[in-house]
Amino acid sequence: MILARILCLLLLLMCAACGQDAPWNKVQAQGGKGAQFVTGSIGEPSTLIPILASDSASSDIAGLVYNGLVRYDKNLKLEGDLAESWDVSGDGLQITFHLRRGVKWHDGHDFTSRDVLYTYRVTVDPKTPTAYAEDFKQVQSAQAPDPYTFRVSYAKPFAPALASWGMPILPAHLLEGKDITKSPLSRNPVGTGPYIFKEWVPGQRLALEANPNYWEGAPHLSRYVYRIIPDNSTMYMELKAGGVDMMGLSPVQYQRQTTSRQFLERFNKYRYPASAYTYLGYNLRLPMFQDVRVRRAITCAINKEEIIQGVLLGMGQIAHGPYKPGTWAYKAKVENDPGYDPARAKALLEEAGYRMGGDGIMARGGKPLSFTIMTNQGNDQRLKCAQIIQMRLRQVGIDVKIRVMEWASFLTNFIDKGKFDAVLMGWTISQDPDLYDVWHSSKTGPKELNFIHYLNPELDRLIVEGRGTFDMAKRRDCYYRIQEILAKDQPYTFLYVPDALPVVTSRIKGIEPAPAGIMHNFIKWYVE
Amino acid sequence: MANYLIKRILMLIPLLLGITLITFTVIHLAPGEPVEMQTAMSPKASAASRARLREFYGLDKPLHVQYGMWLSNLSRLDFGRSFAPDNRPVLDKIKERIPITISLNVVALILEFGLALPIGIMAAVHRDTLLDRAISVFVFVGFAVPTFWLALLCMYLFGVKLSWLPISGIHSLGSDHWSWWWRTLDLARHLVLPISIATFGSLAGLSRYMRSTMIEVLSQDYITTARAKGVRERVIIYRHALKNALLPVITLLGFSLPALIGGSVIFETIFSIPGMGQLFYQGVMARDYPLVMGILVIGACLTLVGNLLADLCYAVADPRIRHGRG
Repeated sequence: MILARILCLLLLLMCAACGQDAPWNKVQAQGGKGAQFVTGSIGEPSTLIPILASDSASSDIAGLVYNGLVRYDKNLKLEGDLAESWDVSGDGLQITFHLRRGVKWHDGHDFTSRDVLYTYRVTVDPKTPTAYAEDFKQVQSAQAPDPYTFRVSYAKPFAPALASWGMPILPAHLLEGKDITKSPLSRNPVGTGPYIFKEWVPGQRLALEANPNYWEGAPHLSRYVYRIIPDNSTMYMELKAGGVDMMGLSPVQYQRQTTSRQFLERFNKYRYPASAYTYLGYNLRLPMFQDVRVRRAITCAINKEEIIQGVLLGMGQIAHGPYKPGTWAYKAKVENDPGYDPARAKALLEEAGYRMGGDGIMARGGKPLSFTIMTNQGNDQRLKCAQIIQMRLRQVGIDVKIRVMEWASFLTNFIDKGKFDAVLMGWTISQDPDLYDVWHSSKTGPKELNFIHYLNPELDRLIVEGRGTFDMAKRRDCYYRIQEILAKDQPYTFLYVPDALPVVTSRIKGIEPAPAGIMHNFIKWYVE
Repeated sequence: MANYLIKRILMLIPLLLGITLITFTVIHLAPGEPVEMQTAMSPKASAASRARLREFYGLDKPLHVQYGMWLSNLSRLDFGRSFAPDNRPVLDKIKERIPITISLNVVALILEFGLALPIGIMAAVHRDTLLDRAISVFVFVGFAVPTFWLALLCMYLFGVKLSWLPISGIHSLGSDHWSWWWRTLDLARHLVLPISIATFGSLAGLSRYMRSTMIEVLSQDYITTARAKGVRERVIIYRHALKNALLPVITLLGFSLPALIGGSVIFETIFSIPGMGQLFYQGVMARDYPLVMGILVIGACLTLVGNLLADLCYAVADPRIRHGRG
């Protein structure tokens, strides 16, 4: 009896759900002015005060609510944002920003140089728990001579300085003299950006509304909703059901599950290189990897194209160095870059004194050439990649074991302590080509990023030279040479640059794919 | 009885302290600190900024001092502030999530008991018939099929193909402008899939348990006597047997109390339900010590209260227990 009653209730609910007059049937498919845009995210933002957050969900939202002084345009060149223009002094020691006039905070206050000065001061304040102080600490002095001029001086020329002023500027009139860590702005941000913060329903969604007074003109899509959907499969179904308008696809989804005519009528798929690369890094403290011939042999034995086909289903390209193909610092033809050549791999190992043993494993002085690749749990692509590498290296006589670790213990117990043979990991590629943090020999200390312990005086000199000048041609020369050195030395085997694979419902128009991706002109997107 | 109760409650205090000490130690033994989770592999984070963050969270103090501070705050019912960058009070975060988890689990629990008991009784009464076997197959399918897979299948069928039900979340976008009636119906629509699947998945255990206790009771002498006296079968089953068969099942309810607030990580992730399971998982992954400790302490308290209630029920039923014999 109870069962029957419950079933009846469920049926009743379903009938009600199908009723055409139900409000949920009217929410979707709004068009024209007043159209809303819904996007999905796996993670929830942590705080909307950008200098306190380090997660991508927080910066997604902050990017629409706040502006920096500068930003990257669609071709990844720096352009003015809140700064209309800037001058770099002849000796490269001083940058003067001329701020845009007439810009207002979302609460109606005028934006002035006081806000910029406050943002600088609070970021370098020792009491602020931020991870972003480093670039600003290079600043020797900062002044706001008048409301629309902001000037910073450096002790020595510092090329990444300009890009560092892309940091979102915070409202001084709301934060000055207050404890930023307890500010209500972390849940209710007030910015100068194209969208005004509206609501945050924890665990469910954030909503923003178009800023009618935005200095570039009001965005066409009047509402931006950021839904938190922690599971990728669920998000994909929400996309198909019309619950979200945009998401990033996985290679399998892009290649296999979204090819029907019906899907392609409803959605537009985009594909461009992501700003990231995956690599196999060697622990250069180990004698085995100190021999460059061994490292080059491993690179020769790995078929990168096969990895791209097998792991990414072709949705990526071979990486030769730390830069994204097509960017200004990227050198397309690098001498000495080892390609896939198993015979050469064997020859190199023999040159290094290894001989094939009876078990099919190369050995030198009775010690077999064997190592473990470590990677983090939860990244299926990296695991598959390690397995393909294992298979290929076995063919040239190198024995590889694979170990997958939980992220925190991987970092704390192995990377930080230098207790690893080789790691399979990835970096995101920053827009400025400065490599100081990952490749300079001063960055080999505990918890620093040159954890493979790569020491090369020439590379150090080039890195310092590259960041010490604003002359693009000079910088490019430095970075071209750095790519040659890395290709010769192979401290990493650079594996691949994956493709970003966003999909957007076809009712959204005005999307212009460019080197910067598709979001660069979001405020110009519209619905017909 | 009052003495017994006071004794039991006093015993809870050292137990609770022990639990907090163990959980505090265990979570600090896990590799990685909250600061590292926030700054690891970030080129912008220097040793100085790490030190600054550690100081901000009080992680630079020795462990026993941290524990002492946490405990003294707890004694004033202050659960501290989350180590996530938002730095909000732990209690606020929990308060946001707990209503949905409790309501979802209560409804699922009611459905589960409401369905499992009649199913178990039916199977016991018709033991070894075709109906019994059919029920067995049905409940074991629910038990054996992975919940996340079934959830995805149902989401695809009812959400994508038929468009009858929403796929995830608990409210439709824009529902805050609707009337109370539509909002409630909207919430119900969102909960149909998660609740049905949660219930289906846990039917097997309870209904099999009910079946076996019912069979045991039905084989007792007093049932045979009743049958011999010509009492109607319906009366035997629902008036005499059921009461006794239900007793052990009701103690199971006591054990369900802590589970009511625990939430399920997998479930809440698949259906994007902003509940406690999700919050706890995020807390653990970010090594958000105060949040994790807060949730664990509340969970521990509820478990202890659940046990106490169960014991009290026994004591009421069986005087030997409260007098220390037994």
